[in-house]
Amino acid sequence: MVNFINNLQISTFLFILSVIGIFLNQTNILVMLMSLEMMFLSVSFNLIFSSIYLDDIIGQVFSLLILTVAAAESSIGLAILVIYYRIRSNITVELMTLVKG
Amino acid sequence: MYILILVFPLIGALISGFCGRWLGYYGSSIFTMFCIILTTLFSYLAFYEIGFCGTVCYITLFPWISSSLVFINWSFLFDSVTVVMLVIVTTISSLVHFYSISYMDQDPHFSRFMAFLEIFTFFMLVLVTSDNLVQMFLGWEGVGLASYLLVNFWFTRLAANQSAIKALIVNRVGDFGLTLAIFSIFYVFKSVDYLTIFSVVPLVVEQELLFFNYSINVILIIGTFLFLGAVGKSAQLGLHTWLPDAMEGPTPVSALIHAATMVTAGVFLMIRFSPVTEFSKEVLLLMIIFGSLTAFFASMTGLFQNDLKRVIAYSTCSQLGYMIFACGMSAYHVSLFHLVNHAFFKALLFLGAGSAIHALGDEQDLRRMGSLQKFLPITYSSIFVGSLALAGFPFLTGFYSKDFILEITHVASNTNLGMNSIVFSCWLGNMAAFCTVFYSFRLLFFTFLNGSNLSRVQSLNLHESSIIILIPLLILIIASIFIGYFLKDFFIGLGSDFWKNSIFILPFSSNFLEAEWLQVSLRWLPFILSILSFFLAFFLNIVNFRFFVNYQIFNLLIFLINKKWYWDILYSRFLILPILKFGYWISFRNLDRGFIELIGPYGVPKFISKLSFFTRNIQSGYISHYLFFMILGLCVFLFFITQTIFDIYLIIFLFILSFFI
Repeated sequence: MVNFINNLQISTFLFILSVIGIFLNQTNILVMLMSLEMMFLSVSFNLIFSSIYLDDIIGQVFSLLILTVAAAESSIGLAILVIYYRIRSNITVELMTLVKG
Repeated sequence: MYILILVFPLIGALISGFCGRWLGYYGSSIFTMFCIILTTLFSYLAFYEIGFCGTVCYITLFPWISSSLVFINWSFLFDSVTVVMLVIVTTISSLVHFYSISYMDQDPHFSRFMAFLEIFTFFMLVLVTSDNLVQMFLGWEGVGLASYLLVNFWFTRLAANQSAIKALIVNRVGDFGLTLAIFSIFYVFKSVDYLTIFSVVPLVVEQELLFFNYSINVILIIGTFLFLGAVGKSAQLGLHTWLPDAMEGPTPVSALIHAATMVTAGVFLMIRFSPVTEFSKEVLLLMIIFGSLTAFFASMTGLFQNDLKRVIAYSTCSQLGYMIFACGMSAYHVSLFHLVNHAFFKALLFLGAGSAIHALGDEQDLRRMGSLQKFLPITYSSIFVGSLALAGFPFLTGFYSKDFILEITHVASNTNLGMNSIVFSCWLGNMAAFCTVFYSFRLLFFTFLNGSNLSRVQSLNLHESSIIILIPLLILIIASIFIGYFLKDFFIGLGSDFWKNSIFILPFSSNFLEAEWLQVSLRWLPFILSILSFFLAFFLNIVNFRFFVNYQIFNLLIFLINKKWYWDILYSRFLILPILKFGYWISFRNLDRGFIELIGPYGVPKFISKLSFFTRNIQSGYISHYLFFMILGLCVFLFFITQTIFDIYLIIFLFILSFFI
């Protein structure tokens, strides 16, 4: 059986990996969206594990909610991406600097 | 009647000044003459009542400043010193008014000139008649103002502007001393009234005052500050540079202000404060040293000046030195007597010089005159009499006062009274008497007796001035011959009770009694010096005997004297220029426009715009940058909240972040 610390470390590692994936990615916005999905997954993972460990159903309810939100969010994100691609003909993150201060 | 003495000049000044355009030349001259003549008559009456009949008049009008301890009235004190000054001021002023009617008749601003003369007279009368220091200060500053206006009368001339400003500013140094004196007097005596101060002086003689953390005798502080005021106004050595420059004004102004009245205000102050200064040996010593140095240096400077008026101006400066060191020898009444006599013969000299200058078409250089005695006999005789009186020729006015001052100086060196400081003034005073005769007769020879150096146009237009100019000269000639003889017994006669309480002399410092029983040879000394000096001047200027013309050292000395001992240049180079440079570079460029602007109105907007430029550039538009700030903010937040638990992870995380960035 996987113990509590191990699981926590895995989810935290996943979360940090996804943050760094967003953070260091300078080229492709699709990778960014994927990292974002991974971030949701790590949080869900954490919640489900906590719910089992603490013997409480609320964590799983939250996890289901987050799955829904993540699906909606990625669909909207992909829709924005498509519209953006239609206008700019590329999806390079480095070039998305039109709204400077 | 006593108030009218002051009211008439004020009315004359206001009417002539503000309504001069309707009065015109004749109107303003008649009106101002009327006012000044009435004032003169009233002051003669006052002189008769107070001086001869022995009353003292004290008039309080109404309160001026009344604020707890400070209580100052508009009030007037007419005692012997005051009425003597009154008579001098009004007499000289009325003669100068009369003189100006003809002298200034070509001037388009004649009524303004008369108004300025009247306002000067008014302020001078306020100065001499006031019974407290603050009201006296009003007159003191008023004559300074009037001096500025009158010297600057021809305001289109640059030299007149400069010398007027110089006169005002150099006077202001002395005024600063006088204000300090007033403050310290009020601090010590809790009053500024003369009579209150003078009556309690003996009680505070031992008192000490903390001045810059030094404990100094009260009388010494007050006397020194008062003397600083007198130095400024009476052009003693150190602050004397304004007086010769003030000759840029019209000649009647020089005669009125810079010979007879305004410059004597400082001497008047010292005489008036005789009950205070008598109690401090140090102040008396200060007066002796400064006075005798002034007498000597100014007469020395007068020796080789080439401007007619400037010679007489230095002569005035020198005679003021005589008056001041006479005060220092506790011979206040002799000093005042010399002041009276000096006013008459110096006004005569100045007005005579003005007449000569007028006749030559405003030529002031001695070297371009000559042989005027045939053409201007009355002017010649006026300057001749004035010079003899100034030189102390026996039985003329100057003899009675100037020689008596010199006799008092001889007392110190020939008795065992132990007044070592006076020996100093004895030497310098006698040398000054020698120089006085030399420059007086040099002036006379150059102007009237030498061969002519006039241009043809000038000699064709040569004429004696009008009768209006000559009448004051004649009156002053008569006064210069007889005044000294008439007034001697009143003023400095043995046991004369003319002064009553207005002049105070401590019994152990009074030495004019000894002066009456000097050795005869010593009494002859000033006369012999004068005769020697006369012959020297005669040989150098008439006979043209040039025995030292080839020696370089003499030429250098004469050059130095002609350049006025480089006082002005020293002042401008080592005092005025550094101050101006300090004012421009330090206080203006570095402080006002520099440092203070940097931390204030200039620096703050610049800093804010830089700051806003920086914060604006943070928003670069890159999503990863925004993410960085979000994560950084989160980390910092966590760092501060849970310092102990997460700090290792956070530090590692931040390290990784900074590595990637």
